Amino acid sequence: MTTLTLSRALNEGLRKALEDNPKALIMGEDVGKLGGVFRVTDGLQKDFGEARVIDTPLAESGIIGTAIGLALRGYRPICEIQFDGFIFPAFDQIVTQLAKMRYRSLGTVRLPIVIRVPFGGGIGAVEHHSESPEALFAHTPGLRVVSCGDPADAYTMIQQAALSDDPVLFFEPKRRYWDKAEVDVEGGLARALPMDTARVLSEGTDVTVLCYGPMVRTCAEAAVAARDDGRSLEVIDLRSLAPLDTETIFASVRKTGRCIVVHEAVVTGGIGAEIAAEVTQECFYSLEAPVLRVGAYTTPYPPSRLEEHYLPDLDRILDAVDRSFGY
Amino acid sequence: MAVKDAGRAARSADRAAAREPERQADSAELIQLLTPEGERVEHPDYPLEISAEEIRALYRDLVIVRRIDFEAIALQRQGELGIWASLLGQEAAQVGSGRALGPRDMAFPTYREHGVAWCRGLDPMKLLELFRGVSHGGWDPTEHNFHLYTIVIGSQALHATGYAMGIQRDGAVGEDGEAVIAYFGDGATSQGDVNEAFIWASVNNAPVVFFCQNNQWAISEPLERQSRTPLFLRAKGFGFPGVRVDGNDVLACLAVTRKAMQAAREGQGPTLIEAFTYRMGAHTTTDDPTRYRLSAELESWKLKDPIERVKQYLIRTQQAEMSFFDEVEAEAAAVGRRVRASCQQMPDPTPESMFDNVLTSETAQLAAERAGFAAYLESFEAEEAVLAEEGR
Repeated sequence: MTTLTLSRALNEGLRKALEDNPKALIMGEDVGKLGGVFRVTDGLQKDFGEARVIDTPLAESGIIGTAIGLALRGYRPICEIQFDGFIFPAFDQIVTQLAKMRYRSLGTVRLPIVIRVPFGGGIGAVEHHSESPEALFAHTPGLRVVSCGDPADAYTMIQQAALSDDPVLFFEPKRRYWDKAEVDVEGGLARALPMDTARVLSEGTDVTVLCYGPMVRTCAEAAVAARDDGRSLEVIDLRSLAPLDTETIFASVRKTGRCIVVHEAVVTGGIGAEIAAEVTQECFYSLEAPVLRVGAYTTPYPPSRLEEHYLPDLDRILDAVDRSFGY
Repeated sequence: MAVKDAGRAARSADRAAAREPERQADSAELIQLLTPEGERVEHPDYPLEISAEEIRALYRDLVIVRRIDFEAIALQRQGELGIWASLLGQEAAQVGSGRALGPRDMAFPTYREHGVAWCRGLDPMKLLELFRGVSHGGWDPTEHNFHLYTIVIGSQALHATGYAMGIQRDGAVGEDGEAVIAYFGDGATSQGDVNEAFIWASVNNAPVVFFCQNNQWAISEPLERQSRTPLFLRAKGFGFPGVRVDGNDVLACLAVTRKAMQAAREGQGPTLIEAFTYRMGAHTTTDDPTRYRLSAELESWKLKDPIERVKQYLIRTQQAEMSFFDEVEAEAAAVGRRVRASCQQMPDPTPESMFDNVLTSETAQLAAERAGFAAYLESFEAEEAVLAEEGR
């Protein structure tokens, strides 16, 4: 076991991916010499060369479009989109090309491409640097969408994503990049939880709390605080947003009878809305209260001086727990 | 306000007109090896050693792809195809460039490259599948080194460039190298993706040839709506050579593409080829070009027909007997008959197949949707069985 920050764990995972497969490439803006603006790719160009760790021109559609071409040639590009809000120039390539190529080719084409996206707020950034666009991709058939919540998952999940023969949108909780935890860098992937499986972080009996990415730590803290109020929260890190591990979700909700989904993204049309619909349909007779969502308001991301009011936090989660018990 | 705007627009047009000589000064000649009248001309930069047999083979390609196109339009009119994007008028650009490719080169087409598809050896029925709505393409791009048709304008220019970067990483550039050709039209040159592809190709010195068929029209918009500068000149600003070729001259298209591909294979980087041609037909079978262009323009381009000039040349130089033309005509007719018959017999895919090939492994959610759909379909069969039993 080694103590690593989340960004360092990703770096080690990426290094492993590059070592294990000579076809794996890293490409993006400033990922080479600089090591990425968050240093996630620090030192990789030095060790693997400019042909495998590619500083690209500054155009996101170009990054994903050329990654598709490289994948058609047999390579396995791992792309970095520098910030969540900058993924939109690449949205066309991701949705119309990357997600549909396998389908269009009747399965003859595989595009094993990972798109890493630092996402979410809480770092006092300027506009377009704090967004949570994951639902847009989860809505698009043909993509896998995952998010890591802690360093241990960051290390294994980025490797699993690199091994996937499907395109993977890999959302990294940027405000947790500096969080530290024990990571088993010696253990292989054999013992790791599959990438599309949710993890029960803390077992509980009263309310199921579903979260991912930056909200994992916040929900874990809420579970500790709720215990003081005599309430037992079952916190589940979804890890995969497309597909959703509904088996784990339904089993928990059938046990607790209550469900709260927490994410930084806008609640309207979000992952929480999807889960609420699924849970209502499949666990209807187990529910003691409606499924509640805790997330951002349906506004553009506000100036950072307001983000503490905008983003879900421990108190808003506990408030939702109270409301759930109010039914 | 409107008057003020009009005045401003007029002044802006005046300023543009004042710079016209400057722009024209940069415009180079049209590279031509066979005139519209069928006269063979030489070009110092593009010497072409070509046998009578090879020219006859190009003629055969031109006639057959025009025939496939003709049949497909008719099949659309008969309701057998949902839509068809005609290549009429662009046969020489496609056959000339298509025959310049080696078997290991890779082509990235738009949705109108039926002539290139023919040159690569793709069964024309695969194209008809797409336009009939039976598949989205569905051929294996590695089989003929011909990628799937791309419908979103310009996206494939980036795929081609990325593929070329892969060739570089495979060490497949040099004496015995490989290269890529990206097809797109004049409209696509306005897309960000095409411009980004130029940048990526340039800074990486990637072995890719950008083959722009300037057919003068992007549906209803003439070239003036896309560009104030001749398209091939744009390459200069990106740092690689651009060349304009008579897109209705199959020999010039062959020679120019061969040279650019060879340069790419040898590591000399990208070239932009602007094949100056004309879309003789509608954008697609749903389009009505009489709403936006004059028939006189069409008539003037008919005089530059890409097939007729080859025929005239072969006759005048006695490189083909009249029986040759009859044989080609008969072969084209046979291809046409096969296209018609195969199209009419083409089965629809099974309803359940719409769930196939979303991801490499089916998710639980999709498996449930597939099962639910199958049960829903079966419920009708069960109902019909009951009704049949009751004798209704």
